[in-house]
Amino acid sequence: MALLEVSNLDVRFALRQGEVRALRDVSFTLDRGERLGIVGESGAGKSVAAFTLLNLIAKPGYIAGGSIRFEGSDLARMSSRELRRVRGNRISMIFQDPMMTLNPVLSIGEQMVESLKAHRRISTQEARAIALHKLKQVYIPSPETRLDQYPHELSGGMRQRIIIAIALLLDPDIIVADEPTTALDVTIQAEIMTLLRELCEKHNVGLVLITHDLGVVSQMTQRTLVMYAGRVIEQGPTREIINDAQHPYTQGLLNALPQMTTPGSRLNQIPGSMPSLSNTPSGCAFHPRCQYRYDATGQPRRDCLDQVPEFVTSGNCQVACHMVRDMLAKEAS
Amino acid sequence: MNAVATQASPATPTSSATDSLLEIRGLYKHFPLAEGFLEQLRFEKGRLVRRNDSVHAINGVDLAVRRGEALCVVGESGCGKSTVARLVMGLLSPSAGEIRYDGHRIDDLRGKRLLPYRQRMQMIFQNPYASLNPRMTIQQTLEEPLRFHHPEWTTPQIHDKVAEVMASVGIDPEWGKRFGHEFSGGQRQRIAIARALAVDPEFIVADEPISALDVSIQAQVLNLLMDAQAERHLTYLFITHDLAVVEHFGTRVAVMYLGTVCELADTRSLFARPRHPYTQALLSAIPRLEDNRPEHVRLSGEVPTPVHLPSGCVFHGRCPHVTERCRQEVPQLIATDDGNRVACHGVEEGRL
Repeated sequence: MALLEVSNLDVRFALRQGEVRALRDVSFTLDRGERLGIVGESGAGKSVAAFTLLNLIAKPGYIAGGSIRFEGSDLARMSSRELRRVRGNRISMIFQDPMMTLNPVLSIGEQMVESLKAHRRISTQEARAIALHKLKQVYIPSPETRLDQYPHELSGGMRQRIIIAIALLLDPDIIVADEPTTALDVTIQAEIMTLLRELCEKHNVGLVLITHDLGVVSQMTQRTLVMYAGRVIEQGPTREIINDAQHPYTQGLLNALPQMTTPGSRLNQIPGSMPSLSNTPSGCAFHPRCQYRYDATGQPRRDCLDQVPEFVTSGNCQVACHMVRDMLAKEAS
Repeated sequence: MNAVATQASPATPTSSATDSLLEIRGLYKHFPLAEGFLEQLRFEKGRLVRRNDSVHAINGVDLAVRRGEALCVVGESGCGKSTVARLVMGLLSPSAGEIRYDGHRIDDLRGKRLLPYRQRMQMIFQNPYASLNPRMTIQQTLEEPLRFHHPEWTTPQIHDKVAEVMASVGIDPEWGKRFGHEFSGGQRQRIAIARALAVDPEFIVADEPISALDVSIQAQVLNLLMDAQAERHLTYLFITHDLAVVEHFGTRVAVMYLGTVCELADTRSLFARPRHPYTQALLSAIPRLEDNRPEHVRLSGEVPTPVHLPSGCVFHGRCPHVTERCRQEVPQLIATDDGNRVACHGVEEGRL
């Protein structure tokens, strides 16, 4: 059994203008020590997916269906008391902006001791010793002084290291990282990513990495989930998705990268933009932007317009696309 | 301030002024941390002292933008790349040095005398959510620069021009009645580009124009900028932190670190053979799709604060090839064998 098993997750936001369906039918699993990437553009629902993993969806959002099974028990149906034992302790989270995550009026040491004492019965002295040890693990220079410093005294990269140290504080089984390096510079991003990967490998911690950067995914993760307009449209081993993407959207995303064309020539662009979640197109949500939405005679394909595509298996990947389904059927016959 | 005197003009452009549209010489920009007299007073060791620290954002930059090229300025946050863009546009005035546009000095011009240059050079900003006036319709946004620069034009003339420029960036003329908030980020950036193109400029300063956009939209906007360059023979000064974009878009690249240019090269040779240790680290840090390349060059430490600049080479604190000379002597931009310029003692001595 997988460590984390998300099935048919359905998340909605009840807004005055009507209901917005942020996640539809999202299913995936994560094994112990596995690193999974969730890729998509803004509005794809990847951050909602991350928050839902810890049942952190606040009103007006709610989980309308599906389950999040962690070691067999469903996080979607836990009481807040039970959830507190999981959050930060077994599954911890790293947020996007390192300035917003740390409490500006508490020193680094106080914040670390606070979360240790919330979960374990230990003395402040012992908690400080653990905190110091974790700061050393993320290569913070002169960790003893850092414990008594405040977040504003540290640079962005340093703060994000401290957040990683806090995420590791209680030796969790899973870390959920939501765009952990978007606010940082490239050289710092490379450092933080290498650090995160090494620590996950060393302590056999599972990682769910939310990002829009396909380059980051290809270097950090073993499996990848591509999201579009609240649905998973393709998932499989990262290597296979990067080298041989099947879904037209994933292909478009990869082909749009400047490194995929010769310098100076036009980039391969996907026309249009991500639909709003309150007004997703019928059938396959990608069809208005898809170049394969016409059949051989030049007519629009009815199935793309009307039916939500089911997952078909291609190689080791799962793809939700009518065109890919037809192609596979043709190969088989 | 003796900034100009210490600047021994090592990088006076070798080519004649005629083929460079914009020339920056010995540019310095300092931002004082405390403006008021009282803010500058401080107690130190029981005595009242007056201290006036400043942020040294630009410390001696020489650059020339050639006609028809796209010169990309790259660097990490705080390296001064956006300050260069703002100085060029006259949004800030330099502490020292000069900026010449088409042979004429523009950094000391104000008001009416700057106006003709304002029409020839336009700017595109990073955040299309902030750069469009939320209380103006798209039509008003696009008409404003035309009415300002061509007061003699009639309303039908202005409407024709707006319709033309809207069509050229691929926005529906119907959108004119709507407001900025009704559009997505990519559409807003198109409108911002249309506003810049409306007055038919020849030179565009683009400050991170695609960083706030999604991957698939980045490609659309970048294509639009390249099309506009081909159709209108534009010259770009393109500020970005994204090296993948630079490799694709740039004719030449200037790499900046802590307010100085550390390498200036044409794009192909910079990516094929980066010379400056900082450029090498920057290039190896881009996350690429292929996994089989060598581990990235790890830099120790972080960018120092631009309030107290390090002595010697600004990069020496993080450089893996540092020597005693680097800690003391400021390296000048020197030409290498392939015609590019690098400010590094190691390259000059032939050990790198």
